[in-house]
Amino acid sequence: MLNSSLQQLGSALRARKISSVELTQLYLDRIAKLNPQLNAYITLNPETSLAQARAADVRIAADSAEALTGIPFAQKDIFCAQGWLTTCGSKMLHNFVSPYDAHVISQFNDAGAINLGKTNMDEFAMGSSNETSHYGTVKNPWDTARVPGGSSGGTAAAVAARLCAAATGTDTGGSIRQPAALCGISGLKPTYGVVSRYGMIAFASSLDQAGPMGRSAEDLALMMNVMAGFDERDSTSLQRDKEDYTRDLNKPLTGLRIGLPKEFFAEGMGADVAKAVEAAIAEYKKLGATIVEISLPNSKLSVPVYYVLAPAEASSNLSRFDGVRYGYRAPEYSDLADMYEKSRAQGFGAEVKRRIMIGTYVLSHGYYDAYYLQAQKIRRLIAQDFIEAYKQCDVIMGPTSPSTAFKLGEKGDDPVQMYLSDIYTIAVNLAGLPGMSIPCGFGANNMPVGLQIIGNYFDEARMLNVAHQYQLATDWHSRAPHGL
Amino acid sequence: MSLTTADVRKVARLARLAMNDAEIETARAQLSGIFDLIAEMQAVDTGGIAPMSHAQDVAQRLREDKVTETNQREAFQAIAPQVEAGLYLVPQVIE
Amino acid sequence: MTWEIVIGLEVHTQLSTNTKIFSGASTAFGAEPNTQADAVSIALPGVLPVLNKGAVERAIKFGLAVGAHIAPRSVFARKNYFYPDLPKGYQISQFDLPVVGQGTLTIQVEPLSGNAKPYEKTVRITRAHLEEDAGKSMHGDFHGMTGIDLNRAGTPLLEIVSEPDMCSAAEAVAYAKALHSLVRWIGICDGNMQEGSFRCDVNVSVRKPGQPLGTRREIKNLNSFKFMQQAIDYEVQWQIDTIEGGGKVQQATILFNPDTGETRAMRSKEDAHDYRYFPDPDLLPLEISEEWKEQVRATLPELPQAKQARYVNDLGLSAYDASMLTASREMADFFDSTRMHLDTENDIDNPKLCANWIIGEVTAQLNREELDITQCPIKAYQLSELLAYVAKGRISNSGAKEVFRTMWTEGGDADSIIVRKALEQISDSGAIEAIVDEIIATNADKVAEYRSGKDKLFGFFVGLAMKASKGKANPAQLNDVLKRKLAG
Repeated sequence: MLNSSLQQLGSALRARKISSVELTQLYLDRIAKLNPQLNAYITLNPETSLAQARAADVRIAADSAEALTGIPFAQKDIFCAQGWLTTCGSKMLHNFVSPYDAHVISQFNDAGAINLGKTNMDEFAMGSSNETSHYGTVKNPWDTARVPGGSSGGTAAAVAARLCAAATGTDTGGSIRQPAALCGISGLKPTYGVVSRYGMIAFASSLDQAGPMGRSAEDLALMMNVMAGFDERDSTSLQRDKEDYTRDLNKPLTGLRIGLPKEFFAEGMGADVAKAVEAAIAEYKKLGATIVEISLPNSKLSVPVYYVLAPAEASSNLSRFDGVRYGYRAPEYSDLADMYEKSRAQGFGAEVKRRIMIGTYVLSHGYYDAYYLQAQKIRRLIAQDFIEAYKQCDVIMGPTSPSTAFKLGEKGDDPVQMYLSDIYTIAVNLAGLPGMSIPCGFGANNMPVGLQIIGNYFDEARMLNVAHQYQLATDWHSRAPHGL
Repeated sequence: MSLTTADVRKVARLARLAMNDAEIETARAQLSGIFDLIAEMQAVDTGGIAPMSHAQDVAQRLREDKVTETNQREAFQAIAPQVEAGLYLVPQVIE
Repeated sequence: MTWEIVIGLEVHTQLSTNTKIFSGASTAFGAEPNTQADAVSIALPGVLPVLNKGAVERAIKFGLAVGAHIAPRSVFARKNYFYPDLPKGYQISQFDLPVVGQGTLTIQVEPLSGNAKPYEKTVRITRAHLEEDAGKSMHGDFHGMTGIDLNRAGTPLLEIVSEPDMCSAAEAVAYAKALHSLVRWIGICDGNMQEGSFRCDVNVSVRKPGQPLGTRREIKNLNSFKFMQQAIDYEVQWQIDTIEGGGKVQQATILFNPDTGETRAMRSKEDAHDYRYFPDPDLLPLEISEEWKEQVRATLPELPQAKQARYVNDLGLSAYDASMLTASREMADFFDSTRMHLDTENDIDNPKLCANWIIGEVTAQLNREELDITQCPIKAYQLSELLAYVAKGRISNSGAKEVFRTMWTEGGDADSIIVRKALEQISDSGAIEAIVDEIIATNADKVAEYRSGKDKLFGFFVGLAMKASKGKANPAQLNDVLKRKLAG
């Protein structure tokens, strides 16, 4: 049951082979057993989950079940869920029980899905190892001495360890794809604007995008059918016709043109990662794809551009956390200014403060043009590189992360080293393109390697097709961590 | 690029983050490293390039001027640090 | 050598929408604290802004009314600063690409002192941009703490910025009044200054003629024209005294205290401002098509200046009268209505008579009782009936004033008051001739003197005749009859 696909779980539920309550309890028991080791979840609410499961069983009995009705999912703790503690991995929101539902949450609720719990994450999604969470580090289920990646590290660990059927993540600079790669699961960051950001706590508004994380591309497609769609409460949500993301899963890949950016295969990538990625490309050739070398000449600038734009937006987005209306307020202060400064200094962790400082600096008087404006201009150059590239290819492939999962504490106090681990994923966010990561083998220390697939705007269905065909031909995605 | 302690102090003040001298110094060193990384961007010729604020070239959608929200004060203030008589309380504001 | 005063205004007008600029919460004034503070107004984590079409429409209306360029594409930016009444820690405003560009507003200035005559001046409007209002801080009895009410947070504002074109308190007040009248005229703001719907920030500096601009100080949040004048007068004198005393004016944000009549620097704004403006990534560029602009233009009423020109050119009114009658849309409506009734119901086309009465009697009485034209107890059709009797000579001007006062205090229609008070003029030629004959007969010696050339005596005969008629003789008729009969 734990290795069943969403399609199989849905069928079993609708055929009354198992009830949603039984399935939910199965996961809750497993979480109770394994979460203390992995720390993938911040908040569990078994009574609420089971109540949802009972309601799902009623719906199934009434034959009004949808594809995901009764299936237990986990939600990244960045999504506001009514009645649920929603911390965003921060002490700042240690007591924030959300009074409302994010769009993504209400979409899952409407579909009759079960919310198993809120998954751990880097504080305010700022991190690539899940080590910045106020609620403790998450362990990689493949090796608990290693990081799961971040910021959606709790989700990635929970999916890999079968602590949920699948789960949600968000991706500002790689936060779905990188932990998916490091934990050996599949994850999709959709085109910017495809999934509503309403109720998703903002990190960098022009880059943030929610997406599904699961064990297969097929699972991701079913989740996309629930998560994607226009929402009038988000001005950046795009008004497009509803899509069935499963529609192209079974198309053959004959004639598919895969672009390989030469910059991605130059220096920096670990040999083990390179080997796995190259093997995956070879597999695609067998499936009928042709390979085109492309160039993304400005992509090397994506890290500096990102570390101007994302902190700038974040510094402003995080100003609302001031201890006045909700969240953490320092216990002692002398006056208003002191209340602000102490509440924020105590409520935010080191990485969040660092990024607020970077963002504040680059926006401040006299620096705006040199940093923020310059970064926005280069952002356009980066996006144009992709537009040019897609004249020659249908999808772009490369590594998701330069290395496999590193050890907890390994990158210690050097933020720059940590930032460079997002080198292959960030450009995709800057351009607003869809990107995904799927498992494509194992590298050093038997840790999973992710293959990144970057699509053109709104080409998610094709990317899912490309991933699904590979997963039909290989079994990397169905490998499970040992000993759990 | 090397930031000064005064730069960091000013930024901490603008961002309303209380920091002691040791924290200011750590931040100064780390931020300087990050700005070295960012500096790579400065050499790029971006003449004639329009800044890109959004991923999609779409115009703002407009909402009809109709009331859709109801009073939720009780629910919202249940999670507030300090309220009285329906007001959020803060240390005295001096104008 | 005298000082030159340089004044520019930034006026925050609350737009009269039903809902907030970025959410569907009500903007009604006077609700219980925080009951209209929805998730967006209190900036819960994860909530997002969606722009109110009604606010944009009102901005377009204003732009068209001042002949400004309406930006086909404008951008919302975040102005970052911390304040408890600013829930997001930033205000969504517009920075380098505002919705309304340069325009002009022509004002009538009535000098506050001396015998200087009213004059016209055109003030340049730099720009007008959309932004959100902040909440309110309540300094009540909360154990030394301040209470925050966010009902007002997110109310749409149009901030209208002028060039520093005004050079006296009188001009600044005239500009503010003209703007106040205009925003009400075009229906984008209720203009209620007590409720904060129309708030003025005044930038004041002084310099010697020919010198570069002096350092300015900004008087914040003036919500009455009287205070504006007092504050400017005080501030100008303070700046002159400071400079003449050897000091220097420092740029500052200041508050006016109506109780003391003095200005003082705000303590909370000591920090050097660094608002870190950047385009709001949650909002996309606002695009206004030519078509939409024209649709909005079609809904604009005739504007004060066009109306003024029409009053002068078509109705033959003086420029002064025309400007008085267009001081507010309600005033112009009252005038138009009076004039139309007089024309259609009595077939009397006499705009000048209507203008004289409305600018004279009606306005004087309104001012005395501190009422505005919408509260006038005499309706336009009632006034037109009275004016018809004046025009037809049924009553004298002084009789009409008595009828007017009675209508004002007791109500009733002109006809019945004239009858009840016996105010009708004697316009019967037989009756007037009889009076004149009687006077000529009893004053033979004076008649002889008059006829021998002592023209000045004519007034003497008029006086006698009026006395004999108990003041009710129609003066024009009486003159005619007297002249004819005295001529012999």
